Amino acid sequence: MGVISSKLGDLGVVTTTLDTAVNWARTGAMWPLLFGLACCAIEMMSTQAGDYDLSRFGMELNRASPRQSDLIIVAGRVSRKMSPVIRQLYDQMAAPRYVIAMGDCASCGGVYNNYAIVQGVDEIIPVDVYVAGCPPRPEQLIQGILTLHELVKGERLKEWVVEGAR
Amino acid sequence: MATTSKRPAALEIPTGTENALGQAQTWEGSLEDLRGLVSDRAITGETMLLNLGPHHPSTHGVLRLLLELDGEEIISCLPDIGFLHTGIEKNIESKTYEKAVTLTDRMDYLAPMSNNMVFSMAVEKLTGLDVPERAQVIRVICLELTRLNSHLVWLGTHAMDLGAMSVFLYCFREREYILDLFEKLGGQRMMTSYIRPGGVWRDLTEDFLPALEKFLGYFPGRIDDYEKLLTDNPIWIDRTQGIGVVEPEEAIALALSGPCLRGSGVNYDIRKAMPYSGYENYEFNVPLGEHGDVYDRYIIRVQEMRESVKIIHQGIKKLASTSGHFRSDNRKFVPPPRAELGRSMEAVIHHFKLWTEGFSVPDEEVYVAIESPRGEIGCYLHGTGGNKPRRVHFKTPSFIHISALGKLTSGHMLADLVGIVGSIDCVLGDSDR
Repeated sequence: MGVISSKLGDLGVVTTTLDTAVNWARTGAMWPLLFGLACCAIEMMSTQAGDYDLSRFGMELNRASPRQSDLIIVAGRVSRKMSPVIRQLYDQMAAPRYVIAMGDCASCGGVYNNYAIVQGVDEIIPVDVYVAGCPPRPEQLIQGILTLHELVKGERLKEWVVEGAR
Repeated sequence: MATTSKRPAALEIPTGTENALGQAQTWEGSLEDLRGLVSDRAITGETMLLNLGPHHPSTHGVLRLLLELDGEEIISCLPDIGFLHTGIEKNIESKTYEKAVTLTDRMDYLAPMSNNMVFSMAVEKLTGLDVPERAQVIRVICLELTRLNSHLVWLGTHAMDLGAMSVFLYCFREREYILDLFEKLGGQRMMTSYIRPGGVWRDLTEDFLPALEKFLGYFPGRIDDYEKLLTDNPIWIDRTQGIGVVEPEEAIALALSGPCLRGSGVNYDIRKAMPYSGYENYEFNVPLGEHGDVYDRYIIRVQEMRESVKIIHQGIKKLASTSGHFRSDNRKFVPPPRAELGRSMEAVIHHFKLWTEGFSVPDEEVYVAIESPRGEIGCYLHGTGGNKPRRVHFKTPSFIHISALGKLTSGHMLADLVGIVGSIDCVLGDSDR
């Protein structure tokens, strides 16, 4: 918002670039998918509850449908049996869509190097931000989300056209 | 710290019926495969088959249910588990006993201390390791705090499933305080690995007891608040009373345990029936239900929270009068304190042996069970005579309770399913492990 407010004089007119305006809107209300897997999902719930209050970042509204959400927080270990489901959920999301791998298990398999667990959710879907911790504290998740916001603010519409729908 | 990655160029969206893993996304079986599992009316298409989950907001994790519906009435309900299968039991076979405690935390992630406790007790029983009195009292305090912690998450999510959003926010407010207490003990909010073979990891910190007493001072009032919101609420009563009824004989036959069993009026609590960690020295009641419905299971868990507060009060009193350390002094199993390392060669040797090789457990098998917030959690442990177990198996309450879902839900409306699934308090990490 900084760019816009600094240019907002007494004229009641805002001049900005389309990039900034679109990215501002995208970071202002990035609705996460209501999707939890394991222990990290409980910390994700803590983040949304009163003490940490994720709604400060425009994210209080979890959507149960992937078609209405912009962000999927993969919170927990991803088993082989679960991985096709996650891929399908990701495929159903409309672009632009973002992924946060929350916790060690979703980032790299964590302590489970075995037959059952996918060694990082990035084997299945592209990940934007990795949040370490087992499970990460809510502050860490919030920092991950803010890091994602910074990434989104740096996006250019020009690149979107070239890359096409993801 | 969060790290970012350069986003890879768009992963190819799979075409056809395969997903990124090359697995078929469409179901290639036929309805005939379901014969015997669902009624014949479903095969002919007279009743509807509905898939619920594994991604569904009110399945409390990644539970998948295949429902057969006649209109809105549930004819049969087939649970499909394993979406969170982690191979923890197999992983423990390649860990020393001290390291395995860390893995047990992550099974039932709402009650990590109970898992630590049952595993530690199995190891102690096999090796004959002593647990000092003070450690036992600390363990009881931690176990009851865990029960509060777990029941608060259960109450919040269960109420949210049935449409009472504000209870969730209140419950998590109190839960944060308990997590702060755990952080003072173990340095981690959830997965503390605080209870270990021979006692607990370290002594209570100085600021723990004052904070705990402050919490106990205001918490009973908060339970009253939850009850004000729900117990006499006509919507809550309509949605829960007479739903998911289990008769006492049926509950025993289904091997239910914990609040689900006591909701049907069966007086069985392992803390009373087979006391462990000195539970026989505490005064507390075991709340029992009458009707065995969702409402009774709710009431019982709320009353259990009040009983837990009573137990913790008694634990704090006992703590002042008990002697002994927070952990066993048997140096063959428990590493020496840091201060000893500087002046005792023997301590250095013990320290080195315990952290490189670990301790040995005889080639025998044992089963121990404790009362976790969800019910009976048991640990079967078979040692090898070496430093790693041959087989570890956990008998977990969620697994058993999910298997009872078919019985509990049949004949009810689809909308009641959410309440029934909530009332058995299943944690899929506990069930699939």
